[in-house]
Amino acid sequence: MADIQEKIAKLCPEAQFDTTGELLLVTVADEKWHDLAKALKEQLGFDYLNALVGVDWKDSLGVMYYLTNTETQDMIHVKVATTDRETPRLHTVSDLWAVANFQEREVYDFFGIEFINHPDMRRFFLRTDWVGYPLRKDYDMDEKLNPIRLNPEPNEDDTYSLVEDADGNLKRIDKKVFGPDEYVINIGPQHPSTHGVLRYRTSIEGELVKKVDVVSGYIHRGIEKLSEGLTYQSGLLYSERMDYMAAHMNRHCLCLCIEKALGIEVPHRAELIRMMMDELMRLSSHLLSYGCLTMDQGATTAFFYPFRERELVYDIFDKNCGARMSMSYDTIGGVTMDVQPDFVDDVRHACDVIEAHIPEYHKLFSKNVIALGRMKGTGVLTREQAINYAVGGPTGRASGFHCDVRKTHPYSLYNEVEFDEITYNNGDSYDRYMLRLKEMEESIKILRQCCDMMEKEEGHEFCAKVPKLIKLPKGHWYQQVEASRGPIGVYLESDGDPKPFQKPYRLHYQSPCFNLIGVVDLTCKDNLIADLITITASLDYVIPDIDR
Amino acid sequence: MYDFSVVTKWIDDLLTVTCGLPVWLSTTIECVLVGVVLLTLYAVFAMIYIMYERWVCAWIQCRRGPIRVGPWGLLQIFADVIKILTKEVITLWDNDKFLFYLAPYFVVISSITMFACLPWGNGLQIIDMNIGVFFIIAMSSLGVIGILLAGWSSNSKYTLIGAMRSGAQMISYELSVGITMLTVVCLAGTMSITGICQAQEHGWFIFTGHIPAIIAFLIYIVAANAENNRGPFDLPEAEHELTAGYHTEYSGIHYGLFYLAEYLNLFVVSGIAALLFLGGWMPLHIGGWTAFNTVMDYIPSPLWFLGKTFFMTFVFMWIRWSFPRVRIDQMLGLEWRYLMPIGLVNLVVMAVCVSMGWHF
Amino acid sequence: MKWEDFKDNEYIDQLLAELNASGTNVVVGKFNQLLQWGHANSLWPFSFGTSCCAIEFMCLGAARYDMARFGAEVARNSPRQADYIMCMGTITYRMAPALVRLYEQMAEPKYVIACGACTVSGGPFTKSYCVVKGIDDIIPVDVYMPGCPPRPEAMFYGLMQLQRKIKISKWFGGDARKEKRAKFFEAKAQEEKDAALRAELMKAAQESKEPVLDL
Repeated sequence: MADIQEKIAKLCPEAQFDTTGELLLVTVADEKWHDLAKALKEQLGFDYLNALVGVDWKDSLGVMYYLTNTETQDMIHVKVATTDRETPRLHTVSDLWAVANFQEREVYDFFGIEFINHPDMRRFFLRTDWVGYPLRKDYDMDEKLNPIRLNPEPNEDDTYSLVEDADGNLKRIDKKVFGPDEYVINIGPQHPSTHGVLRYRTSIEGELVKKVDVVSGYIHRGIEKLSEGLTYQSGLLYSERMDYMAAHMNRHCLCLCIEKALGIEVPHRAELIRMMMDELMRLSSHLLSYGCLTMDQGATTAFFYPFRERELVYDIFDKNCGARMSMSYDTIGGVTMDVQPDFVDDVRHACDVIEAHIPEYHKLFSKNVIALGRMKGTGVLTREQAINYAVGGPTGRASGFHCDVRKTHPYSLYNEVEFDEITYNNGDSYDRYMLRLKEMEESIKILRQCCDMMEKEEGHEFCAKVPKLIKLPKGHWYQQVEASRGPIGVYLESDGDPKPFQKPYRLHYQSPCFNLIGVVDLTCKDNLIADLITITASLDYVIPDIDR
Repeated sequence: MYDFSVVTKWIDDLLTVTCGLPVWLSTTIECVLVGVVLLTLYAVFAMIYIMYERWVCAWIQCRRGPIRVGPWGLLQIFADVIKILTKEVITLWDNDKFLFYLAPYFVVISSITMFACLPWGNGLQIIDMNIGVFFIIAMSSLGVIGILLAGWSSNSKYTLIGAMRSGAQMISYELSVGITMLTVVCLAGTMSITGICQAQEHGWFIFTGHIPAIIAFLIYIVAANAENNRGPFDLPEAEHELTAGYHTEYSGIHYGLFYLAEYLNLFVVSGIAALLFLGGWMPLHIGGWTAFNTVMDYIPSPLWFLGKTFFMTFVFMWIRWSFPRVRIDQMLGLEWRYLMPIGLVNLVVMAVCVSMGWHF
Repeated sequence: MKWEDFKDNEYIDQLLAELNASGTNVVVGKFNQLLQWGHANSLWPFSFGTSCCAIEFMCLGAARYDMARFGAEVARNSPRQADYIMCMGTITYRMAPALVRLYEQMAEPKYVIACGACTVSGGPFTKSYCVVKGIDDIIPVDVYMPGCPPRPEAMFYGLMQLQRKIKISKWFGGDARKEKRAKFFEAKAQEEKDAALRAELMKAAQESKEPVLDL
């Protein structure tokens, strides 16, 4: 850590450092930021932008950048802020880390911070005619300003960018997303294979896709703003409703983050249960993703087979957590209730059945000549691109990028179990598809080891003692967990409010699916329409997780 | 083998001799009768086929299928028919209304005409043209016009893409269908449908024509699937790409007609497969086994035909529910690079076989 | 399911009483029954899922629950061919125009099931700045299905309630559904007028270059 600090100090003498938190915090002025960012990426190897969190500190507006060096797994974070609340402007880093493109648009949408030199400054989640910036602390919630508008959105083709010339003068350049001659079809927001309400405005030439403009926000529910109005315990519920196919992982992540802030030690049994639930969730999610991918390619029968096995997993959730979906099982300090006595047997049974059926899936689809032709070589994402677009999880691993948080930053009890991080090298749709099936086998391996541990487990404590009224000290924390579609990050900031019902000052979910849609345009360009469907299905995103 | 032409002859005699009607009147009455029977059969078979597909698909997907409405779900289809007949037909704004309303009828008429050509049984042939097979091919290409019109006149981008795909697909695969039919005609020595059936009296073509017939059969299965817009070749209505393809904008009975024609076309292509390769209405005869052949002859010929057709349909459904959809380039590549050349070579092989007398 | 196994029989009874009170010819009545039986038993869903509930809807179609038993497996992706829209998942302000448009694109008779807490009332997101507080604000709803998400069994129950409701509605003459819809859209038109007024005010505010949000 000190080593990195020294190097950064040499690169940018104006930077201020704070080593009190879990990670090194670098504070830098906006004028110096772009140069420092470039140096950080190119000289110090911080090539992976984990998260880009906009925060309103009342006296200033700013952004927190979480950066990782994928070689050494060092993490730092950088704070850049501006005191101008009228026209807040920061420099973009989207030319360095491609993932920042959409994330800066998100920050612009929520906080009104304009990014200088950003190629495409449009709102990302909210309607183009939305008034105000909802995540600012002084946002006017008046219904009259933003009623339910049933007219189509105006000017959705317009965008602009602020360009800075050599002297530092800013110029606004208005642009159009699509040219007048382009044949643009709308895929979405209601389309059977966008898996929800996402909209691709696709410019096509015959059957060839020329450009994909992702329009998101059709299920943006303002979870981050809502969380600021609830106490820590009650805010947990939203984490499950983002990526409902990774409900346990998301909730686990938020719990871990709050526990880290509180300094609570979670009982071994509770962590074990959480980990097993996570892996079961991963199984269920990957089964669904197999089903959806096959159905999107027209193999309807292959869609129904994994649902038989998923019901077994759902039965376990139903029995132990009390619900099939949105389980509300993890809680701060452990889990809400102990598992049923036959939990281990159920899990073993589910593992056996699923393991027995995986060869059937391969038989049905993996070696099918049509499927091979459609998936091999389509939508190739190289390792460099995956890192640049911060695409983790199965998609990143299919490109040969070792990004499994369970291995790189082990949490929970992942240190104690043996499993392999599966990686493929081609990064095409087929690898992404195969990787999920292989990962299921790894999950089963983990679950079996957990079952053994559970049988030997002597403690009966399933939840640590946690104060009823949670008060966090002033500060901010960041926690990552490997969810089914990639690493989910939770940024939690507390202002140390002494009032009894303390609420998070800022809670940001860095969802994996958000980064996945960033590569849609990149991977689909110059492919056929049918490939667009295959590629997006193999990326396997969950829309509410993108929009939050 | 019972010859059903006795029945038709009796009706003809009843009209002309017993009632003493002039020829033009009796012919008109017979035409009307045939038309009514045909349309009824058409509707009945469409209904049977829709349920057949739903149950087969449920069975393949480990489900139960419709079982709640009526005993074993038998009334399900009636509910569907009532519903679809009374659904609103949406009038679109700003499209070519004449073509829009015309399109489904094109599709249905093409399938009814093909339906009429099928060999229902010994002597149950509506018109026995000497160019029967050729007529079927000609009629089948009429359907594509309906689909193209539907896609064009809906004034929607999705339907247009669907229609373009279907145009490319049907025109390509018609070649293969034609070539395989030609292979069989080569073996049978006639284009007449009854003639083809009768040529298979001592063994179905799939057995007597051995290797070239089997190759032709396989090509026919693929090409007919494509010709029929059924999975894995359902690109024109590719649900997950184009929502509902060329008929996205159709509602109510107009959509119902497309739906109907889809299933009837399935029946027709299965029927033609049965006719060309499995002997049409001809019972299973094995050379030399006289007793066996006599027993087989006691099974009425329409049952033979329907049995074979339902079996072929099952094969088509099996394919549809097992395979993923092909991509447009794969689809065209398959036809032009593989099926058509193989089919052409196969035709030559068949011609050689026939001229050398190498078939059974 | 038997009649007494259902809950909320009162309102069905009430609808039935209304239907009987209006009185009709026996032939027309029987024909009406037949048509409504057809509509009730052939409900083709429009697959419209925005979030979690859609996953449970998939389970509904799969082997264990199998909605094909009711003849409802023919999920149509084109709104023109569907009979009911099962709205699964939160509807946000951005999605609202699309939902209304889809609803208007459907062919009559059309039904709406509000599936899940979000569509019934906004659910856990009621306090959000951009979530529609119940889809009955924008389209008329026939059956409400609570739960977050509702279990597949609950979805079946809702589907059967819709079937019952269709069976006792009238095909010929004064359709209660249509009247309700007319009233609904009247109210909406009024609201739209208000909204236009508000928009004008807002435009004026924006043009005056004052920041809309006071610090």
